[in-house]
Amino acid sequence: MPSRDRLRFRLNGQPVDVFCPDPRILLDLLREDLRLTGTKRGCDLGTCGCCTVLLDGRPALSCLTLARLVESREVTTIEGVTPPQGLSPVQRAFVEHGATQCGFCTPGFVVTATALLRANPHPSREEIERAIAGNLCRCTGYTKIIEAIAAVGGR
Amino acid sequence: MASAPTPPTNPYRLLGGRIPYVEGPLKVTGRAEYTDDIQRPGLLVGRLLRSPWPHARLRSIDVAAARALPGVYAVLTGDRYPIPFGVLPITHDETAIAVDASRYIGDIIAAVAARDEPTAEAALALIRVDAEPLAEHADPRMGTSKVTDPIHAKGLAGTNIQKEVVQHFGDVDAAFARARFTARVRGTFAGVTHAFTEPMATIAEATPDGRLTVWSATQVPHYLHRTLSEVLGIPMHRIRVIKPEVGGGFGGKSDPLPHEIVCAALAIETGRPVKILFDREEVFYTNHGRHPTQNEVRVAADAEGNLLAYDIEALIDGGAWSSFGTVTTYYNGVLAMGPYRVPNFRYKGRRVYTTKPPSGAMRAHGGTNIRYSIEVALDRIAEESGIDPFDLRERNALAPNSTTVNRFEITSTSFLECLSAVRKASDWDRKFRQLPYGRGIGLGCGFYISGSNSPIHFTPKMPQSTVHLKVDMDGGIAVHSMQADIGQGSNTLLAAIVAEVLGVDLERVHVQRVDSDVSPVDLGSYSSRVTFMMGNAARSAAEQLKGELITAAAGLLGTPPEEVMVGHECFETRGPPPASVPFLEVLHRAMEAKGALTASGSYQTRPKGGTFKGAKAGTAPAYSFAAYVAEVSVDVETGEYRVRKVWAGFDCGRPLNRLAVEGQIEGSIHMGLGQVMGESMNYRGSRLFNPSLLEYKIPMPQQMPEVEILLVGKDDPEGPFGAKEAGEGPLIATLPAVGNALYDAVGVRFTDLPITPDKVLRGIDRRVAERRAWKGA
Repeated sequence: MPSRDRLRFRLNGQPVDVFCPDPRILLDLLREDLRLTGTKRGCDLGTCGCCTVLLDGRPALSCLTLARLVESREVTTIEGVTPPQGLSPVQRAFVEHGATQCGFCTPGFVVTATALLRANPHPSREEIERAIAGNLCRCTGYTKIIEAIAAVGGR
Repeated sequence: MASAPTPPTNPYRLLGGRIPYVEGPLKVTGRAEYTDDIQRPGLLVGRLLRSPWPHARLRSIDVAAARALPGVYAVLTGDRYPIPFGVLPITHDETAIAVDASRYIGDIIAAVAARDEPTAEAALALIRVDAEPLAEHADPRMGTSKVTDPIHAKGLAGTNIQKEVVQHFGDVDAAFARARFTARVRGTFAGVTHAFTEPMATIAEATPDGRLTVWSATQVPHYLHRTLSEVLGIPMHRIRVIKPEVGGGFGGKSDPLPHEIVCAALAIETGRPVKILFDREEVFYTNHGRHPTQNEVRVAADAEGNLLAYDIEALIDGGAWSSFGTVTTYYNGVLAMGPYRVPNFRYKGRRVYTTKPPSGAMRAHGGTNIRYSIEVALDRIAEESGIDPFDLRERNALAPNSTTVNRFEITSTSFLECLSAVRKASDWDRKFRQLPYGRGIGLGCGFYISGSNSPIHFTPKMPQSTVHLKVDMDGGIAVHSMQADIGQGSNTLLAAIVAEVLGVDLERVHVQRVDSDVSPVDLGSYSSRVTFMMGNAARSAAEQLKGELITAAAGLLGTPPEEVMVGHECFETRGPPPASVPFLEVLHRAMEAKGALTASGSYQTRPKGGTFKGAKAGTAPAYSFAAYVAEVSVDVETGEYRVRKVWAGFDCGRPLNRLAVEGQIEGSIHMGLGQVMGESMNYRGSRLFNPSLLEYKIPMPQQMPEVEILLVGKDDPEGPFGAKEAGEGPLIATLPAVGNALYDAVGVRFTDLPITPDKVLRGIDRRVAERRAWKGA
């Protein structure tokens, strides 16, 4: 393939080398081309946070990210924060605290919370609220999501 | 915040506790499969051409160029499948694609199936529509008299009135004549929408065996199944409806929607699987949210504060279609009839078609706007009479086992317990009218149906819910039902009820995906019916299996069956001597005669209500009750305010899964706060100006108050294990609690929702200009 249509980056810890002509959006690349459907499409406009992935460890909206921009960078999706067996501490807390209802926003929240807790292992309630302010949830009123994240942070 | 721990009196092993969702691990890992996650070989992209006109006659649609575009497999217009449909059998006024006229901006006027999205979009751009603009009807008030170009031929006598309801019980005028206190509230309510996170999505595939399979994000797979059959002219048994995980519904996915039929039609036309996935703007235009409404409530009470009468009018902006509108029109009146005794009641409600996106059912459908006006009126009566708002409501509370004047049968009610619990927890008696200016506390109450007694598609004598169980030698219990888990936790409750009855661990029970080929009919997730109806059906099915297993266990234990009890993963006898046999051993003995064990349980409501026109509207096998207190603080310089805390007293009978019940209450409060504080479908004329989640703002985490939940219900006699609904009733009381708290804070009545900071500021300024002091300010 022509090199300008080639995209090389690290995805969930593995190198990938894919055909990706411009203007491909990262969310489309992940969901449609690479069939990683854990990342959800809620609005395509950066307003809901359902498509959140980690870009070099920091939350990013994959629906607003040109795939080209992840060249040589590290992308981590919900599949990448999930251990091969069982659940991560954040995921376990979300289940136990009832922080997931319909579940559609949940991968985005889990990814965001994972990044938060890596950067700040014991966030305060205000820090949690600020971190998740870009993720919409219409089911839970955020109450149990905040409880779950706080529980992982030991607060 | 968590509610009190499970009381020690709980006689159940699982039920009554905190049961994490059975599908939780799939959802937190992104492995739960939603419709858009499904891939089919050769999948085509379906796209819809939507009307740019509020109202137009479609003279001709030229699709030749679109059809000729390489990569286009089919182009459909309304003439191909013109059979009208609608969620209510009595108001079929929608078509899959507009046939003669387009009735709102966003109405579907053609559909394309193509190899990919760019091709589909290019094809849409090639469609030429010759349309003649018709009169726009944006204001429902204008639609109540004769209009030019009525939206539907079916409107009442040349008007745009879709439904008119007039009811009168007792003698309202006489009651007002002898009243000591009266209050009148005129409420205005902007439309609000569900704003679930998963956009609508449907995949359809017609196969050479003559069958059609439809995967869709729907709350009511059964109504979709019926509607597909009616419009496409295919018998139901040749259609298979599958409900994958659904990313929220709140009523917005309960109508059979036109795109679902279009998707199936495109699949039939092309012989290929087709997917239609909405973008967020399409979700907003499809709407079916809570109706923009104006109501006027007059309340009469005697000198002691006994309620004498309600006199209610409602004008409801329906948008382009009927949807659930006939029910909405009744509900806006009759859902005023609890939680208080009201001996005289008059209601005139009208729902008017407008050239806007259709409104429909949204969480606490029909009960929310009227409740706000009623509860504000009661707050005024309390103030005028000097009776504390709690005392006023206590005095008028419907008693258990009573009947309302419009023939609602109230069986269990712990409304008084809701009141006393939140009064105490909120420290009401030391706060009401005693907090400093700018801070306030308010009470709002409510009730809601726990399932509709008469389902929408009522096939006489057929159950409203059926649950099938199958257990084979592996000891896993497969549960089939068409109940639709949309996030409320019904799969978990279904599994827990079966596990509870049979004494087994939850992991043995596998709730199967809804699939009309194998799932017996349950009417789906609307009207807060699932826990009550599916729960009773599941219990019945599990009890049958238990009976067979006990017979087998009795044989193994050498005791009479009546001495065998269900243990944990075993069956036991007290003896003497006490003995037990493991579940699997008993199961295998029971299977010797017939192989895998199966059972079918069902639930049907008993007839209720009067015989007058509309008597069934609002009848339910049980009702939930709520009393909420909200505390607010207002920045009197800017009009901004925050709700600091909500005390939620709720009667859902026995809460069967506290984790889920709390989640429903917290989520309901969030949604109720959205409507009272800021959410609004902003129309200029018929044009929606905020069709995105950026401009239609739901409350942020920072706006969510502390919530203290007080579950005070007692066992309902008919609910499964004593349970009633907790999915919709918890929303209603939120709004008036906030409205009444704002009054306590700043001395201004707000009756125009949403109550945005600019309205608060204007209210404060007006009060100051009129020199009406409030709490020293």
